[in-house]
Amino acid sequence: MNLLFILFFPLLVGAFLLIAKPKHAFIISLSAAILEAIATGFLLYQINETSLAITYMHDWIPEVGIQFSLKADGISGILIGLCALLLPFIIGSTAKTEKADHAQYQGLMLLMQSAMMGAFLAKDAFLFYFFFEASLLPIYFLASKFGGENKSAITFKFLIYTIFGSLFLFIGLIFVYLRTPGTTHSADIETLYLTAHNLSSVTQGYLFLAFFIAFAIKMPIFPFHTWQPDTYTTSPSQGTMLLSGVMLKMGTYGVIRLIIPMFPLGISIWGNTAIVLSIIGVIYGSIIAIQQKDAKRLLAYSSFAHVGLISAGMLTQSFEGLQGALYQMLSHGINVIGLFFVVEIIERRTKTRELAQLGGITQSSYVLTVSFIILSLGSVALPLTNGFIGEFILLKSIFDYSFVLGIVAGITIILGAVYTLRLIQKSMFGNVSRITTEFSKLTLEEKMVLIPLSIFVFLGGIFPNTILHFSEESVLQITQLMK
Amino acid sequence: MTAIIALSLFGISNLFLGFWFPRKVLQILTLLFLAIGMGLTAIDWNHELLWFGNMFRTSNTSINFSLIIQLAAFLVVALSRGFGVDDEHTHPAEYYAILLFSVVGAILMVSFDHMIMLFVGLEILSVAMYVLTGSDKRNLKSNEAALKYFLMGAFATGILLFGITLVYGATRSFYVSNLANIIAATAPESMPSFLYIGVLLMVVGLLFKVSAAPFHFWTPDVYDGAPTIFTMFMSTVVKTAGFAALYHILSGVFGGIYSTWVLTIYFISMLTLIIGNVTAAYQQSVKRMLAYSSISHAGYMLMTVSAKQISSTSTILYYSLSYTLATVAAFAVLIIVSEYQTGRKEKPEDYASFAGLSKNNPGLAFCFTISLLSLAGIPLTAGFWGKFFIFSDSFNRNIIYPVILAILMSAVGIYYYFKGIISMYFKDGDIEKIQVPILFRIALWFCTIATLALGVYPNMVKSLF
Repeated sequence: MNLLFILFFPLLVGAFLLIAKPKHAFIISLSAAILEAIATGFLLYQINETSLAITYMHDWIPEVGIQFSLKADGISGILIGLCALLLPFIIGSTAKTEKADHAQYQGLMLLMQSAMMGAFLAKDAFLFYFFFEASLLPIYFLASKFGGENKSAITFKFLIYTIFGSLFLFIGLIFVYLRTPGTTHSADIETLYLTAHNLSSVTQGYLFLAFFIAFAIKMPIFPFHTWQPDTYTTSPSQGTMLLSGVMLKMGTYGVIRLIIPMFPLGISIWGNTAIVLSIIGVIYGSIIAIQQKDAKRLLAYSSFAHVGLISAGMLTQSFEGLQGALYQMLSHGINVIGLFFVVEIIERRTKTRELAQLGGITQSSYVLTVSFIILSLGSVALPLTNGFIGEFILLKSIFDYSFVLGIVAGITIILGAVYTLRLIQKSMFGNVSRITTEFSKLTLEEKMVLIPLSIFVFLGGIFPNTILHFSEESVLQITQLMK
Repeated sequence: MTAIIALSLFGISNLFLGFWFPRKVLQILTLLFLAIGMGLTAIDWNHELLWFGNMFRTSNTSINFSLIIQLAAFLVVALSRGFGVDDEHTHPAEYYAILLFSVVGAILMVSFDHMIMLFVGLEILSVAMYVLTGSDKRNLKSNEAALKYFLMGAFATGILLFGITLVYGATRSFYVSNLANIIAATAPESMPSFLYIGVLLMVVGLLFKVSAAPFHFWTPDVYDGAPTIFTMFMSTVVKTAGFAALYHILSGVFGGIYSTWVLTIYFISMLTLIIGNVTAAYQQSVKRMLAYSSISHAGYMLMTVSAKQISSTSTILYYSLSYTLATVAAFAVLIIVSEYQTGRKEKPEDYASFAGLSKNNPGLAFCFTISLLSLAGIPLTAGFWGKFFIFSDSFNRNIIYPVILAILMSAVGIYYYFKGIISMYFKDGDIEKIQVPILFRIALWFCTIATLALGVYPNMVKSLF
């Protein structure tokens, strides 16, 4: 029952906000998100105690073997945990702005959460696809209704690009589904694993490509990333946070949940290419990030670089790679929304994100500077921060896979440090510019968002084992399937 | 079966009732007639029977198709407001009567067991449609459309009749059930070759009616020229009836010589998908876009029509239903908006007319959005499952390339359907609150809610079929 609550509660509150348009939308959505986080925390505690997955099943379309089945195991658990944890902060970041009591804005965020929770919990492949696609609609409306410059064209490109990719996933899923035994077939993900294993390696190769294109566009992986920087830049901050913090994890989750256990032979053909593409993305994204003038755009490219590393690590199919990817998904989610929020705080006060016009903020807002530095260090993967654990395990798995690729991917740490420190230096330090002289201190609401996020960066860096242990068993199961 | 007798009588009585009653009463009466018709159709559920000298067969499939057709007609009548033509020129009694007659024709087309019955049904439906297309007699475009439709339609019926004749010559039978047996019993080599020509001509005749490429050239002009309410009727009722007949002929009658026609159907379906979708993407007018989109949906449906499987019956039914609901809602909003914009905008049916609709009319914008999403096949709507059933049916028969093409074309579809959504939500416009009659609102919301309900829980009707 708890699973159903987690899935439908944000949907109901979100729909209520959209239809009834109540006055105090902010309070309603924030409390809904906090309640959701508590419920999810309770569920995760249950999974951790019993080390059993929690499932729910109901008939949906029995004639064609499609079930409404949900399952929360170690892998799904981390992602629903991330989604539930971040939402209160994302909603909290609207406090005291004109968006706070905008019922539509808040409602769309909750709808988005519901769809993403569904994608992470689905045990039926078509249920997964259903939520995977459905999550696009709220974010599309959010971005094109409240976005910045040229939003219409940019978000339209984003929408068509991602749906186009998902359609490949759709045919791939149908293809495997029709080969499952029984007259009604079955779309249960675990049945699909076994069915796909019996396919020839050439077929698996094509299916790998079909699935990978869909997830590669979502993440995004080079060369499917062209929608990403523009969309991240033009979306309202909360939209960008949702996109980068949680939504791109649907792509990485899809790789772990569907591609890796399903097509071991397919990966042996195309896996190397996919890893090389991911690592090209890491380097390419970092180099472009160094040259950016717009802070938000810089973060967009840095997110692109980070996700490339996650993807490369996962595709090595090793236990470490998967564990590191899961851990890094969590840390990247926390760090990136913190960083985007810092940029928004700066933009609120100075009305600009141009690095050239900023500088010297440290003199007026000490808390902002400190949290900015902590979040950035997490992003650069300094020891004792959450980013270090994830990137370290990921890089180790890539080194084990291929020494050369490992070295190339390792450059990311240097490049990452370059663009992140450049971002801090240009915005926080240096001389006070004309527009930063009257930079006001952080409000209480802003502190309430930034300080906990900064604490998470350390917590994740100091106590990684709780989380690594949490996902260990499910990841082991996945690696067993590949043999 | 009693439904066709009842509906014909209702149609005739409607003509006389027009002397005494105003439009509003007639509308309610016609709705009542259609509801009675639906009830009479449903009575025969699970009784497979032959009527009229074995020329007419009621089966569960035919009943389902008849119900979808009557539901579409019901919605069209509920949405009609003097049929959008100004009062001076309206003849409501005649319109409602012709509408009922055409429904009778459509029911004949979905339940025939004799080739002549198919022909009679098609003619009743078509002649009624020629009249309705030209009903806006002061509008030059409407007149042109009627003439074009009539000429092309008469030609197509001729081809169909020629095909029936050739098939009769080859098999000496008009009866559907006989034909199937004869074809199954005879070796393919000993069949006269003009049987195949006959089959092909029959198929071409029907493909014309469902506007599949390359027989689609009349569609955009006729759909654009006819009053929007009849365009709605054409693209739902005529299409459903046409596909039911096509499916009945291909899988029921000529299933035995599957291999001779199946490639033709695939080729036509792929051509239809490309032409329909690509041309729709270039349209500026929403009405023309919906016309081309209706061509493209014919392409999707053709992929299943060629099926030799039990599951494809329910697929076609489900797709027809989801397509009907979405199309009715889309045209309904188009009627309201274009009526509002007439006089304000030079071209009231363009995308630009929808700019800023969501601001003061969130309900209308929502209904239009859901219907477009359903046509595009986005999850949460009925259209998604319609596409899913079609793709999985086709894959089941190892039809890979048409499905891949269909997938690519769905992506094109998303482009032009979302143009409407963008225009409503993200473009600035100055549309004030539009007053919508209560009956209109009920019908519109019924379509929207049904589309959503079928999208979340498709089994609701899928298990019925």
